[in-house]
Amino acid sequence: MLRTTAAVVAGKAARAASRLRGGGSALPGLVAERIDPGFLAHALADVPGGIVVVTGTNGKTTTTKMLVAVLRAHGRRVFSNPTGSNFTRGVISSMLGELPVRGRLRADMAVLELDEAHALKFAAAVQPTHALLLNVARDQLDRFAEIDHTAKLLASLAEQTTVGVVLNLDDSFVSRIRDRVADGVAVHYFGVDASIADRLPELQEQDVRFDDDFVAPVAGPDDGLLRPVDERTFEVVFGLGAADGVSESAPDRRNVGPLELQQRGLAAMINATAAAATARMLLGDAFDPEAAAEALRAVTPPFGRGEVVVVDGQPLELVLVKNPAGFTVALGTYGSTPVATMIAINDNYADGRDVSWLYDVSFESLRTRGVTITSGVRGYDMALRLQYDDVPVAEVQTELDPALDAFLAQHPDEPKRIFCTYTAMMALRRTLAARYDLPDIGEEAS
Amino acid sequence: MSQLSQPHGIPDVSIPGEPDGSARVPAAADAGKGVIHVVHLYPREMSIYGDLGNTRTLAARIRRHGYSPVVHQHHPGGEFPETAHLVVGGGGQDSGQVRVEADLEQIADRLRALADAGTPMLMICGMYQLLGNAFITVDGKRLPGLGILDVTTQGNAKRMIGPVVLSTDFGDVVGYENHSGSTTLGAGQAPFGTVRSGLGNNGTDGTEGARTGNVFGSYLHGPILPANPVFADALIGLAAELATGRPFEPAAQDDAIADEARSRQVRRLVKR
Repeated sequence: MLRTTAAVVAGKAARAASRLRGGGSALPGLVAERIDPGFLAHALADVPGGIVVVTGTNGKTTTTKMLVAVLRAHGRRVFSNPTGSNFTRGVISSMLGELPVRGRLRADMAVLELDEAHALKFAAAVQPTHALLLNVARDQLDRFAEIDHTAKLLASLAEQTTVGVVLNLDDSFVSRIRDRVADGVAVHYFGVDASIADRLPELQEQDVRFDDDFVAPVAGPDDGLLRPVDERTFEVVFGLGAADGVSESAPDRRNVGPLELQQRGLAAMINATAAAATARMLLGDAFDPEAAAEALRAVTPPFGRGEVVVVDGQPLELVLVKNPAGFTVALGTYGSTPVATMIAINDNYADGRDVSWLYDVSFESLRTRGVTITSGVRGYDMALRLQYDDVPVAEVQTELDPALDAFLAQHPDEPKRIFCTYTAMMALRRTLAARYDLPDIGEEAS
Repeated sequence: MSQLSQPHGIPDVSIPGEPDGSARVPAAADAGKGVIHVVHLYPREMSIYGDLGNTRTLAARIRRHGYSPVVHQHHPGGEFPETAHLVVGGGGQDSGQVRVEADLEQIADRLRALADAGTPMLMICGMYQLLGNAFITVDGKRLPGLGILDVTTQGNAKRMIGPVVLSTDFGDVVGYENHSGSTTLGAGQAPFGTVRSGLGNNGTDGTEGARTGNVFGSYLHGPILPANPVFADALIGLAAELATGRPFEPAAQDDAIADEARSRQVRRLVKR
């Protein structure tokens, strides 16, 4: 107990210090974790309504934010780590703000976004009751080494989950994990309706094991399927598999929506579907489709995921890119309306040190408008990549701040967009935060 | 895009940047200085680290030099193209490697004949290992390779991961390695380069990759060719001579961006 109190106090001090400096979301957690290795288990011991881990390659931050919003709309007190700092020490860091010095969290539920490797590290300390497994794609292979390895990490997490898992119906790396959960653990799915199944290849990894005897699951009554109404509006349909006779004219009261999200694109809609299916599993009969739709409509994009900063009256979008599937989705979502574009690529550990993946993304959608400036430590590599897709690049400036200044100066009267890797985004955001009105990282405007 | 040679109805993978129809043979009037057939081996199973970028780079530069590329994709169970002037392969996961082994045995004689005839080949990471004598797994199992390169690879628990700078016959070459196999060169086998920064074949003897005649094996992703255009053009030159029977007739290239990208990596990584 004394040890935990010491950890909380030291962690809180580190948190206050790092917030004054304006960054460093993981350091305070590292301090607390060092002082008390049992910190997490202790802090979460009194959370009665479920400890939910959200993981997978793409969409963790967005989906976690949506799931938390839906649960809170049902009156639940939810602890979460909304900063995208998805290592265990990031979780501890965000806890420190809410913890009494005794070190036990007062909440009904905990919903935690964790990176694939840290999800297991977390499970070793605290067994999750629920897990939402989003997808498996090439991402930072220098850390996880292989896609198959990442899939194994997720399967291992599912094995340790005690009450229920929600799996991606359309990603066979994830859906085949159904065979790995313990007896008595419920398995639900989220996925897309047959009407848009043809758009899946643009979103997810190709599973090369197409000739084994795996039979994909079919959606059942508790599984949520995304059914788009138009480019921006969609429904999450439940019970499709069980009741084929649901008539088109009579709206099914089990369904969520129709609704429109603030964040654009198919990937965000799928994230919302995953969040709705998971909230329904967690809340059971208390799940209210109306409240869920209302909450999803109000969710703003997390920082760096299509976040909009108003710069001298014009929108500047910050789009985080970190792997081929994510960059491809981002280009499909945002590239459909060409605006002035900057791309910033760093190769620090958090970005992925290998930039090979840029050659698995097609940049042809940027060809007509071109790219104003490439930046970051690997700014020249990005320019070279664009050269091979015949995308004109006007300038390369590896230093981020001068690049940002040049970019803003060249396009004063029009919307702008920056695609950036993680550490480039953090640096750019810091510069922008000093000049314009935008929420602190970790304290999202809600 | 060619769908003709596809077994099991599996279409070709999309190579980012490559135009549709780059697998078609152009009409004689549109062939420019000559038609160069490029074969990418197992692009679906063995190109997960951006190695498709090598093929894109070769095709784009072949066009810039005034020749016409025909880009073939060879899939497991498919028919190996009749004409091949340049053969490219990449890295994959262990599961991908297992999937291509049976097919590789089928086309082994063809690949050996092409190598003997001086056909340039660039084999990265997993395909580099498969072109060697054997791969010994962590638990001691010996998986035979094609033996085109006199190298043997021992599976390791620890991966060798990180940025690399090499000194090669083509000047400094930069890239990124990510492999668990530790490769040893046979007596008399030439390396592709010597390590200036990074680990290379095994982290101990300072060698990276292997070269026999016009066959090159290397662990370097990045992908290796875009930032190292001298090496890319050397492969193209060899292929052009094979395709046309005449000396390579290169066109002037503006590689300022590539040169800057490469020299910055060299400056960052090589400690003086």
